[in-house]
Amino acid sequence: MIEVKNLTKRYGGKRAVDNISFRVEKGEILGFLGPNGAGKSTTMNILTGYLSSTEGTALIDEFDILENPIEAKKKIGYLPEQPPLYMDMTVKDYLDFMYELKKVTLPKKQHISEVCELVKITDVYGRIIKNLSKGYKQRVGLAQALLGNPDVLILDEPTVGLDPKQIIEIRNLIKSLGKKHTIILSSHILPEVQATCERVVVINKGKIVADDTPDNLSKSLSTDHNFIVRIEGPEGEVMKLISTIPGMVKVTNMGPREKSAFDYTLEAEEGVDVRRELFTRLADRKWPILALKSTELTLEDIFLQLTRDDAAALTNDGGDK
Amino acid sequence: MLAILKRELKAYFASPIGYIFLAVFCLFAGLFFFAGCISNASSDISVVFSSMFTITLFLMPILTMRLLSEERKQKTDQALLTAPVNLFGLVMGKFLAALLLFTIALCVTIFMVLLLAAMGPIEWAKFFGNFLGLFLVGASLISIGLFISSLTENQVIAAVGSFAVMLALYMLDAVSSLINNSVVKTIVDSISISQRYSDFTMGVFNFANAIFFLSIISIFIFFTIRVFEKRRWG
Repeated sequence: MIEVKNLTKRYGGKRAVDNISFRVEKGEILGFLGPNGAGKSTTMNILTGYLSSTEGTALIDEFDILENPIEAKKKIGYLPEQPPLYMDMTVKDYLDFMYELKKVTLPKKQHISEVCELVKITDVYGRIIKNLSKGYKQRVGLAQALLGNPDVLILDEPTVGLDPKQIIEIRNLIKSLGKKHTIILSSHILPEVQATCERVVVINKGKIVADDTPDNLSKSLSTDHNFIVRIEGPEGEVMKLISTIPGMVKVTNMGPREKSAFDYTLEAEEGVDVRRELFTRLADRKWPILALKSTELTLEDIFLQLTRDDAAALTNDGGDK
Repeated sequence: MLAILKRELKAYFASPIGYIFLAVFCLFAGLFFFAGCISNASSDISVVFSSMFTITLFLMPILTMRLLSEERKQKTDQALLTAPVNLFGLVMGKFLAALLLFTIALCVTIFMVLLLAAMGPIEWAKFFGNFLGLFLVGASLISIGLFISSLTENQVIAAVGSFAVMLALYMLDAVSSLINNSVVKTIVDSISISQRYSDFTMGVFNFANAIFFLSIISIFIFFTIRVFEKRRWG
């Protein structure tokens, strides 16, 4: 449905987007994740034909956005970071205008009212846009993107500036839209991507640093040999006992947590599972384990790790030059 | 294109801009009509037109200042440029909206000439020449203003910039009279809008003059499209 090949955008000497490629299949919801200034919006602006790429191609359903812009743009509904609203128009006038601008052929009245129902703006239909709250403005922006039932929806930070209830509503809406549309959604908020997307592309400094499902990303980077354990017992002796478990690299006392219980972080050699040995040794001494959990990385950790590593790599490059 | 034209016209009347433009234009046209025709008991309406030339020159920035600058500021250009519309249609929609409003204002002179016609014989050819002349001048100035509006996202800068250009065009004749070098003088004279326009006010339809104005319109519409292209590739 969407195919991006070796896309590069240079601003002067700076590469805002650096040789990125990815595909989005029909009906997929792709999360586009990255810190501010990573190149998310630039990529989306290229995909929608607002900007031109310096190199590379972007195909929307076989139509090149540069060579066949009119056909490609007909397939896209775009909600930019700041919704493109004419503040002095009413919602009705605005949607009428966008309907005509996008050359939509669906029955006008019915289609517009359907879209309004969907994003729940029917009750502000006659009001002037500048008087609406941020949440409503965002929804009017979304309604505009949905006009004409485009196959592809490109949403740039759709929940930014909304209150928690609205965020949940918009997320659910996006999820339900994902059944019929192909969606690319950008965000720098991780739970959002985790909650709505089937696939995540992590982008940093214009480069793709990861492209996988949220779960796989979690797995590939998490470590199965690091744990946090809470043990009831005298801390010095417990430390001594578990430090001598074969394969144990490092034990750190995290301090008291419950009455006479302490938390320890365990770091074992790779491939060595210390949990069974840990249990038997502590059971012998009648020091109960109150909690044991692996320190699997959350998407947040992964994100930080990916973007930090990449940043380090980049500064090394810069140093060589 | 039609959608943009319609929206733009509505926007003129959703803000005071459209009303102010029409009111000021009609006020001055009426004033010159009274002074030149009624109180002089003259049926020569070209007095009104030659005076309205100056008024048009200074009023036009009001009409063009926000056409494209405001789109950029409000980021609504993202909706326009990602819609299945080509740049030519977009720019023409804006241009025609301003031109249509100007033409509406211009139509006030039709009432004047009808009033005169009721009282005495009219040189119709002269009236049509004048009308067409001012229409072409207006269209040229709109295209220039539109171009300047595309360069900035601040409508005040667009207005001041257009105003400066209009002032320069206005003073071109004064400059030309100071020039001794005949080659330079010819060049300055030939780009002078007011000299080209004065032919029309005398009822002379010179094809070269019409082509001159049409060229200005095409060039500045082309430039405006290029500004969008450049920004896209920038």
